[in-house]
Amino acid sequence: MANKHVNAVVIGAGAGGGVVAKELATGGLTVVLFERGRWHTFDEHGDDELTSQRTFPLKCGYGPDNERNWRMAPDGKDGWKKVFPNEWSYGNNAACVGSGTVSYGAMAWRFQPEDFHLKTKYGAVPGSTLDDWPVSYYELEPYYEKAEYELGVAGDPTNDPYVPPRKNPYPMPGFSFNSEGIILEKAAKRLGLHPFPIPMLRNSVPYHGRPACIRMRTCVGFACPVGAKAGTQNTVIPVALKTGNCELRINSMVSEIIIDDKGRAKGIKYFDPDNKLREQTSDLVVVSASASETARLLLNSKSKLFPNGAGNNNGWIGRNIQDHAYTGAYGLFEEKVYDDVGPGACIALNDFNHRFADIIGGGVLCNEFIRMPYQFTSIRPSGSRMWGKDHKDFQKQYFKRHIAVHGPVQEMPVFDKKVEVDPLVKDFWGIPVARISGLRHDNDIKVAHFLADKAEKWLKEAGATRTWQAVPGKVSTPSQHQAGTCRMGNDPKTSVTNRFGQLHEIDNIFIADGSLHVNNGGYNPALTILALGYWVGGHITENWKATKMK
Amino acid sequence: MLISFNTACKNKISKWRYLNEEEIGLLDAIVEQIIPTDDFPGGKWANVSNFIDKQLDTYYRKHQLAYREGLAAFEKTVIQMKGKKFEELPFAEQTSLLEKMEAEEFSGNYWKDHSPANFFDMVRQHSLQGYYGSPGHGGNREYISYRMLGLDYPNVIGQNRYNDLSWRKYNPKSPENGK
Repeated sequence: MANKHVNAVVIGAGAGGGVVAKELATGGLTVVLFERGRWHTFDEHGDDELTSQRTFPLKCGYGPDNERNWRMAPDGKDGWKKVFPNEWSYGNNAACVGSGTVSYGAMAWRFQPEDFHLKTKYGAVPGSTLDDWPVSYYELEPYYEKAEYELGVAGDPTNDPYVPPRKNPYPMPGFSFNSEGIILEKAAKRLGLHPFPIPMLRNSVPYHGRPACIRMRTCVGFACPVGAKAGTQNTVIPVALKTGNCELRINSMVSEIIIDDKGRAKGIKYFDPDNKLREQTSDLVVVSASASETARLLLNSKSKLFPNGAGNNNGWIGRNIQDHAYTGAYGLFEEKVYDDVGPGACIALNDFNHRFADIIGGGVLCNEFIRMPYQFTSIRPSGSRMWGKDHKDFQKQYFKRHIAVHGPVQEMPVFDKKVEVDPLVKDFWGIPVARISGLRHDNDIKVAHFLADKAEKWLKEAGATRTWQAVPGKVSTPSQHQAGTCRMGNDPKTSVTNRFGQLHEIDNIFIADGSLHVNNGGYNPALTILALGYWVGGHITENWKATKMK
Repeated sequence: MLISFNTACKNKISKWRYLNEEEIGLLDAIVEQIIPTDDFPGGKWANVSNFIDKQLDTYYRKHQLAYREGLAAFEKTVIQMKGKKFEELPFAEQTSLLEKMEAEEFSGNYWKDHSPANFFDMVRQHSLQGYYGSPGHGGNREYISYRMLGLDYPNVIGQNRYNDLSWRKYNPKSPENGK
């Protein structure tokens, strides 16, 4: 039986798609929200480190599965190799209702005002497609606030002189520091820096019917057992469903956007839970499947007017994929610094963003989420023996006596760092798979060294008896912070969508995920993706009332 | 039902899923090197070989041949070099052999698709997973690694979500926990 025509199809029930579905459904549009994964709960996965979304040697607990999903990645010898979701070179995020927002660490950063006009601030950067965003921080500010209030953010910027300007306070008070945080706070103050609690999409007090955080050790990489962590699956998606306007179709893999002969989208094709190919027609399509999968879907949607993929006549879809060049340092201590108060990450410094003339961008520095026992087996100074007595002694001595400080370096967009579809390899459903390649810009490595130095100094001041840096190289596998493949811009020649996430070339297809980011900030991107969801969704709803997108 | 039960008993169905008794014996000696016993038990007591065998029948099916061929090549190499099986050698001698394997200082006669160093690193990583991962996967007997690290569990009061717990205190001298 054919599916009933709806106003909007939203593809991907993660951060962006969850918010857009809610905005559209509450705005009166009929919506089908497609998700290739399904619902997950804490009880299904427990606190099993080996199948978490953080360390996943056995599988990625929160999707996608290895049986039906794979990609191609450079094999280091000018060829390609097949990689699976639980291998680092796949670059996985997640695939379930809520997607990354189920198992993320839930840092709730706003980008800095400067992040929206980097090119104006720093000038053109050779080897980079760096540009200004077509939307300013101040235009986006109300949408950041909406995300903070509807999902729930706990934060306290009192001691942060570099906090992005905000009209209203956070809806919940900030979190207290754990013992690492207390040690690091004192050290930062002695260095003349400005430590403050990391804003979190996590309840510090009961909020919107969900309880306060119980400080689990297993937070990042896991679902929350009490629902204190806000994801779209326990906030906006239930609101969307409650309107009666939105149907959530899980275990449904969208394979193609159908483009008619006039060059407009008329719906999508998807594989239903029984792997049967079906169609869903709609007045408009919103793609929010993550920077890699959004690009893959558009590139796979070939038609007469768009032989290179939907909206890709300028060849920019899939280009400029970014992530974060995570950098930092480890410190070993004589005394115990571990108090088992989760999620671990709690203290931040905004001192190293946009404040140094010879450093383009920068990034926030935070203490790291709790390193679980297996994860800790790989944390060693270089040259250490990774097994035997040395291994076991180090585990016993330092598991509770080490601190990790790191931060996401804002990457420069590079045109040849890209997502393509493989010409030969197909997934379980027969859909051409994504392949991701390209190297980081030299500037990313320069900034990574700069930030790692700051992290190491901070740890030394905190009393670490031994420290070492962990600086990334140019090889990158954009995963949970992937962004930039369908960037917004005013110039249709050098961007994919306009300032409202609407494809320049097809006016009834919108993007609402990290793909839109012109650059990815020196921060975890979830709150910006949520804010853009409200921005794009709000724009669609307003226009719908006036024009019905006809 | 009864007939098949009797047949099963007679045929001595292995308790292992993919590896055989001899392979387990060798693997036990290797995992005990990777996580040796000190004041806390090592990889063998913690059922790390059981973890690996279980994964070879589930998540790590793709590594089945690597184990079969790697363990065989390792055994032959050791016999060629020392005239004895690996598990019969003194502990310190075993350690130095594994150091040679890690440093690719093995002769290549018996090694086809996998280099000795790659094989060692795979076993090393899987052993650490077995020792530190959830007991539900077949290793980390009685959450021994968590106790070693001083990690309390259940990890939230009133939220006992750990499985497969027997709360016997580990006593290295008890016959049950013998080496």
